[in-house]
Amino acid sequence: MALQSLDIKQRSATTTPSTQVRQTVEIAKLIDVSACIGCKACQVACSEWNDIRDEVGNCHGVYDNPMDLSAKSWTVMRYTEVEQNNKLEWLIRKDGCMHCADPGCLKACPAPGAIIQYSNGIVDFHQENCIGCGYCVTGCPFNVPRISKEDSKAYKCSLCSDRVAVNQAPACAKACPTGAIQFGSKEDMKDYAAKRVTDLKERGYDQAGLYDPQGVGGTHVMYVLHHADKPDLYAGLPANPSISPLVSLWKGVAKPLATLALAGVALGSLFHYVTKGPNEVSKEIEDEIEKEDAK
Amino acid sequence: MVAKVCGTPKEAFLKVCEYIAETAAPNKTMTNLYALGWTEHSVGSQNIRSMAIIQLLLGNMGMAGGGINALRGHANVQGITDFALYAQNLPGYLAVPSDAEPDLKTFLEKKTPKMLRPGQMNFGQNLPKWYVSLHKAWWGNAATKENGFAYDFMPKLAGASDVLSIFDQMYQGKVHGFLCQGFNPLASVANKKKVSDALSKLKYMVVMDPLATDTSEFWKPHGEFNDVDPSKIPTEVFRLPTTLFAETSGSFTNSGRVIQWRWKAANGPGEAKDDTEIMATLFLKLKDMYAKDGGAYSEPIQKLTWAYRIPTKPSPEELMMEYNGKALADVLDPKDPTKVLVKAGDQLPSFAMLRDDGSTTCGNWIYCGVWSQAGNNSARRDNSDPSGLGQTLNWGFAWPVNRRILYNRASADPSGKPWDPQRTVLKWLGDKWGGNDVPDMRPDAAPEQNVMPFIMTGEGVGRLFAVGLMAEGPFPEHYEPFESPLDNNPMHPKNPKARANPAARVYKGDMEAFGTAKDFPYVGTTYRLTEHFHYWTKQSKINAIMQPEQFVEIGEELAREKGITAGDKVKVRSNRGFIKGVAVVTKRIKALDVDGKKVHTIGIPIHYGFKGATKPGFITNTLTPFVGDANTQTPEYKAFLVNIEKA
Ligand code: SF4
Ligand code: SF4
Repeated sequence: MALQSLDIKQRSATTTPSTQVRQTVEIAKLIDVSACIGCKACQVACSEWNDIRDEVGNCHGVYDNPMDLSAKSWTVMRYTEVEQNNKLEWLIRKDGCMHCADPGCLKACPAPGAIIQYSNGIVDFHQENCIGCGYCVTGCPFNVPRISKEDSKAYKCSLCSDRVAVNQAPACAKACPTGAIQFGSKEDMKDYAAKRVTDLKERGYDQAGLYDPQGVGGTHVMYVLHHADKPDLYAGLPANPSISPLVSLWKGVAKPLATLALAGVALGSLFHYVTKGPNEVSKEIEDEIEKEDAK
Repeated sequence: MVAKVCGTPKEAFLKVCEYIAETAAPNKTMTNLYALGWTEHSVGSQNIRSMAIIQLLLGNMGMAGGGINALRGHANVQGITDFALYAQNLPGYLAVPSDAEPDLKTFLEKKTPKMLRPGQMNFGQNLPKWYVSLHKAWWGNAATKENGFAYDFMPKLAGASDVLSIFDQMYQGKVHGFLCQGFNPLASVANKKKVSDALSKLKYMVVMDPLATDTSEFWKPHGEFNDVDPSKIPTEVFRLPTTLFAETSGSFTNSGRVIQWRWKAANGPGEAKDDTEIMATLFLKLKDMYAKDGGAYSEPIQKLTWAYRIPTKPSPEELMMEYNGKALADVLDPKDPTKVLVKAGDQLPSFAMLRDDGSTTCGNWIYCGVWSQAGNNSARRDNSDPSGLGQTLNWGFAWPVNRRILYNRASADPSGKPWDPQRTVLKWLGDKWGGNDVPDMRPDAAPEQNVMPFIMTGEGVGRLFAVGLMAEGPFPEHYEPFESPLDNNPMHPKNPKARANPAARVYKGDMEAFGTAKDFPYVGTTYRLTEHFHYWTKQSKINAIMQPEQFVEIGEELAREKGITAGDKVKVRSNRGFIKGVAVVTKRIKALDVDGKKVHTIGIPIHYGFKGATKPGFITNTLTPFVGDANTQTPEYKAFLVNIEKA
């Protein structure tokens, strides 16, 4: 792609080798939930930088708005009021793509080059190659990608790969007024997190810790949690996320076969897409995958 | 007693007291940051004064990280306040003359503070220099020694002119025209019905604003959100679109008194004009009309200094230079008159150069130094912080004289040694004061001279006991809000006169509009959301996406009692009207135990209205009472009585 300085580590449904000549630094975004005030400046910055505007919705009796991630909301704040040991805590988690080292979305994706992992760790969707099948949605252990109703393409946080490519922090990190969003090399972010965790422990949060789940090989978006023993408290953050075994099965064992077959389907689907629209295409690919899985 | 009055659990309150008391140690400091949660009460000034007393007692004044600090609600509230937002002040908080002072001499004698203890600075004694320089800035050559520097040109104060009093006068039909500049009073002043009725009594209103505000359409029906009959409203409304802060250069003065220049980023849309251009054009037109047609006492208008390069467009740079002031004649050293301190024609470096003989001009004495011969100091952008205390002395310019911490002499002990050597703000260097800030002290006042740190008082010390300065007594006192769920003030259960602030001002008709706990058993309080900025950002698409619709917050217990679930539409009423919104049911609002009574609170964000990109909503201030703090007249938005039901 044009964003050469990011270099490519892997591409969906592609067996030819990726670029390997250059070594880039592995990056990470660290979200310190304990420092977040829920102002949504990050949500606004995301909307502005990526030039997307979600609908003006309604209030649903909570602070959350928009209520969920969408093709036009790549990050949303999730507010949870937790009362334990006579203490009320307002836990506010910035939800969005975790940029997994082992990305289930990419593994599940049958469209060549629709999902790219750069060598710095960013997982990016290239919508021009997306066929709208929704497999990334199934493949993602964090329920992140969303298919647009307008163009049937999958969308999610790009970790501002365009900004990072020119040495800028993601828009959300730049906008956050409290420093709850930090950005840098993964190593530096882990060091920073360790300091925050020590501080939180001194303040009585014995279970404070870093969320960098190994089930997906670690992530390039990490959280500092005051209750790292109970990630579920934070609007259902999974304790041990891992890629669905189905995805590993058909992509792992039967990879070349599946790729070949799917390339055929993808080509065919293009034709179908033009004549019948995206939904039926997904159905067809689904059938194909089920066939593969059954083998 | 505190737990009884405010419902805070005793142990929690004592814990906070302990934390606060610990900061009495020389190496521990506490800052107090307050905002509208403290000021929007009929006892707002008392709240702040109580904390100021605590900070004085703990020795937290003048220290790095100490003090009592107002957090401003806009980027430039400090700036507009510095420039006479309140008509009872002139720029730089100078007193406004009234008819009781017929001439300059009487005025200055009356207003210049007297030294109350020998050897103190009593800095206010310089008032004549500041005041005369202001007249010279405004009326130039027309301000002469002989005519008391055009003392008669200065309009004399004619009673209260705070926002509540202006709208009350309007309500009584005493105001004909209203120039509404960057202000949305229909939404932001208490008791919308009264404000709407008041605006309906005007002959005309001119709205200068970047946005089509709710106020500019107060006459227009917007369903139940603005239920008015335009055929009964004769007011003629003109809208003059202005540019926004990003569409013009100028400065912001922040809560820390740091004046920061900002640069124009974009052109305004359509026919929008800078506020200064609109005001200048209006002024020149009036001046012209007075010249042609005559009129009563037009001299102050005809003689007003107006030396701008383009008279209809005074530039922000020209204005800032004018506020700073310049020497009209050589300014000489009083100790050695052969020495010229500032050459005639030069910009002044500090207010120490101001003179009361008409040889200097200054549009706002506290801003003196912001644009010296060195140029625009507010545009400086060096963020280096050599002391590590956050003292970025070369970033922008803080009034006064680039001093960042007021009363910083109090950061050192009487002998001049810093109380906390790890965080030295000031110290006595043997022959002068030095350290990490501009000394708030005569630079050569040796510690033995006992010149006290509080240089703005006549006695040089902080005032725990203040006579004649507050509308109330010399010590703070607790009073219940005007609308309270309690029948009595728990501090004075037998004295009905001490229930609510006896020094507060209540206009005719407003007392009757107060509700009682019998009909309105819950406490309403209003506030802002981080996603929105007052009533502006409901006009902006992205902010509207973040919080699209008006809501009201209630606790779980009250929700259960009333059969309300999150997401239900509810109606909140006060004795002055009603609003509707979506119910947010939260653990964050708990019932309080106040004086043995269970008190529920209903939280009501203010941002919504009938104009904008959000879902149309009600004006929250439909509910609030028309009464304010006894000193500042800031309305009591934080505590009033309401009832709630499912809509
Ligand atoms: S969080 Fe989901 S969408 Fe993001 S990289 Fe991981 S698997 Fe892919
Ligand atoms: S900008 Fe920062 S503080 Fe605000 S919601 Fe996002 S993470 Fe939280």
